[in-house]
Amino acid sequence: MNGELTTIAIILGIIHQGIRLATPYLFAALGETFSQRSGVLNLGVEGIMLMGAFFSFYVASETGNLWLALLAAIIIGVLMGLFMAVVSITFQAEQGISGIGLYLFGLGMSSLLFKTMIGSVTGITGFSELQFCVTDSFCLADIPVLGEIFFSHSILTYGAFLLVPISVWLLKRTTWGLKVRSVGQNPEAADSVGVSVNRARYAAVILGSALAGIAGASLSISLLNVFQENMINGIGFIAVALVYFGGWSPVGVMFGALLFSTISALQLWGQVLGLNISSNISVMLPYILTIVALAIPFRRAAQPAALTKPFSRGEN
Amino acid sequence: MSEKSNLLPSGLERIESLQMRGIVKRFPGVLASDHVDFDVKAGEIHALLGENGAGKSTLMKILYGLYQPDEGEIILNGRPITINSPTDSLEYGIGMIHQHFMLVDNITVAENVALGMKSSRGFRLDLDVVSARIEELAEKYGLQVNPRAIISKLAVGQRQRVEIVKALYRGAALLVLDEPTAVLTPQEVDDVFVIFRQMAADGHALIFISHKLDEIFALTDRVSVLRDGRMVGTVNTADVTKADLANMMVGREVLLERVRPPSQLGDVRLKMDQVNVVNDDGQRTLKDFSLEVHSGEIVGVAGISGNGQRSLARTIAGLRAVESGKIWLDGRDVTGLSPAEMFNSGLSYIPEERMHDGVVKDFSVAENMILQDYIRAPFSKGIFLDFKTIEQHAGQLISDFRVKTPSQETPAKNLSGGNIQKLILARELAREPRFLIAAQPTRGVDIGATEYIHNQLLQQRANGLATLLISEDLDEVKALSDRIVVLFGGEIMGIVNSDEVTTEELGLMMAGERRMEMPQATA
Ligand SMILES: Nc1ncnc2c1ncn2[C@@H]1O[C@H](COP(=O)(O)OP(=O)(O)OP(=O)(O)O)[C@@H](O)[C@H]1O
Ligand SMILES: [Mg+2]
Repeated sequence: MNGELTTIAIILGIIHQGIRLATPYLFAALGETFSQRSGVLNLGVEGIMLMGAFFSFYVASETGNLWLALLAAIIIGVLMGLFMAVVSITFQAEQGISGIGLYLFGLGMSSLLFKTMIGSVTGITGFSELQFCVTDSFCLADIPVLGEIFFSHSILTYGAFLLVPISVWLLKRTTWGLKVRSVGQNPEAADSVGVSVNRARYAAVILGSALAGIAGASLSISLLNVFQENMINGIGFIAVALVYFGGWSPVGVMFGALLFSTISALQLWGQVLGLNISSNISVMLPYILTIVALAIPFRRAAQPAALTKPFSRGEN
Repeated sequence: MSEKSNLLPSGLERIESLQMRGIVKRFPGVLASDHVDFDVKAGEIHALLGENGAGKSTLMKILYGLYQPDEGEIILNGRPITINSPTDSLEYGIGMIHQHFMLVDNITVAENVALGMKSSRGFRLDLDVVSARIEELAEKYGLQVNPRAIISKLAVGQRQRVEIVKALYRGAALLVLDEPTAVLTPQEVDDVFVIFRQMAADGHALIFISHKLDEIFALTDRVSVLRDGRMVGTVNTADVTKADLANMMVGREVLLERVRPPSQLGDVRLKMDQVNVVNDDGQRTLKDFSLEVHSGEIVGVAGISGNGQRSLARTIAGLRAVESGKIWLDGRDVTGLSPAEMFNSGLSYIPEERMHDGVVKDFSVAENMILQDYIRAPFSKGIFLDFKTIEQHAGQLISDFRVKTPSQETPAKNLSGGNIQKLILARELAREPRFLIAAQPTRGVDIGATEYIHNQLLQQRANGLATLLISEDLDEVKALSDRIVVLFGGEIMGIVNSDEVTTEELGLMMAGERRMEMPQATA
């Protein structure tokens, strides 16, 4: 009897944790979805997340204002996205290389800034869990089972999940989304009807990078509430893989994000229960699964045809 | 008579006159436009004629803002204008239907039409409004298009209709049509001509490019002829003959008739027995298809586009699996072999969608000449390519087939449309195949090159090649084929001797209204 109860508690804990940990994956991978749908592979997500995590943490600890902190993460995301866009769209540099450069920059810079501006690992109070209280004594979180799973997360987690339908809407139902999809598939055709290919790509890359900044912030001012060197620990790279895994669709990406956040949650609970699943394995796993998923031909067919290909009119 | 309004029925300001003066455009190794003067007026259909690589598309791309001229000016209604991009040209009311499709293939027809247009709902797409308007236009002009269809599922003829709808939707005051009829069936050509004439009558200006002289005479008011980047001259269509135009274009007499000597039938090269094919959507594209093609014979395939021709070619080439039935090549069962194995068994294939299936766009001309055979002697020794032989081979083919290219190293995508077709043909015939599938081999090819290609096909026939010729040009099918297979809905409506069948009978069979069978003349 008792044993059963704890089993249920553990399962609930894992689901709760899985949803919570999906936050950074979702922000980063949905952002990367926009970028890739427009034809730009941004491998710098991890670096942008590190910088977003650092700046939001720093602003939060200096001012105590979490919204200002979030804004800082967005601004640094936009700036790094702009840099990526200039290098890879305007100057047509090899996207893989410039992305890795952006990652290394973010890694080094966030560590340096951390050492000079903060120095030691401290905690802050981040976004707290929302309560959804109906009356003074009854909150939705008190509902058995469902309450713990659905009604006890921070605002950023809800934001991340809300971003899924918003992304679908943006891509499918807006003129901008149509442009983004088109320039990623056949930029010549888009150009021939007067669509500015580069402008659509700039917008997609910058939006994606801003979301990567938020993804970083979601770790440092909401989920973990600390900053450490290299604290993103591969999530940004997993997010890139998630876009492939999810077949370039926001809903697919969401399921991928949940899958991998649940694996992370399992791993945490594994530690609690004394089972030792190495974190190395959980970092490897998404890539292995992604490679397997990419071997299925119909998934590859969804890949934007112009992904990684810079555009210029065929004059030369 | 009262002053004509300077607005078109669509509300656009009309383009009274447009002149291009002294246009010069240089590409590495080519002078594509050499001080070209050209003009077009409201209400006229002006033909632009010239051999493959003469510079027609280049001149039009300059007008549309895709290329920037090195010299020269463009004057609209008396005012000089600059066109830096398609955004500018669209603003001036200039539209263009391109030689190669400009469609995003993983989205719908309506989305392609809406792309780049203002939405009536601002940031939100108004695909329902766009679809309704497309259906209206389709109704008005008798163009069948389904706004909800995904482009990649459409046949080429249907895609061309989408391009026309796209242009009509934008209501261009001046519309450039770069070989719009190349991929249309004769019936479809008649239909779009009605549209083009209607547009001209409404005061639009149209520039029409085609290699088919019949079309030039049927449709246009004036003709300008380009040769090697220079403007040879502009004449009233009514004042000239076909032979005059051919002469202006090529600079020599061109034979417009074909002579097909009696056939010397040999052994059976291709045999298909009760072949059934189903496409990705589960539709049956070939039904109980049985056919024998002999050495020394050209068998034509006639049918309205989308009645199984594409499926037939792709099935034989190993690009599509059969559901049931068997295929033999030279007596060997080749059912289910891969494309590579089919090529190694002596099959050559000139595909219909040449930009997509026929060449690797970023590879050089020389590399494209050995796409399937690079791995074999004489082009490679062990794991190394023999560049000297490859170069000689390419040089030979370029001169034999008169492929117009600045050099062997030029990437294939920089060749003119017709020259890409010649490149593919040269490659496929040079392999000395046992069996050839030629799908629309002269589509988009100029009259001089058409003459050459036809002669090549007849020459190879005399040498014993077995050929399956798929073409929407009935004259071509009748002129070259010994026998004609008529396809309707994936089914054989009859196999007839091309000298005994009339065009009317073929038309009825193609429409699925009649079945015919003729005993084979010789066997
Ligand atoms: N982007 C480019 N780069 C280099 N050379 C080019 C480019 N576009 C065209 N050319 C060259 O310019 C010449 C004219 O080409 P163009 O496409 O205008 O011919 P065309 O008259 O349209 O021929 P076709 O009937 O085959 O379509 C050709 O020699 C072609 O190789
Ligand atoms: Mg052309």
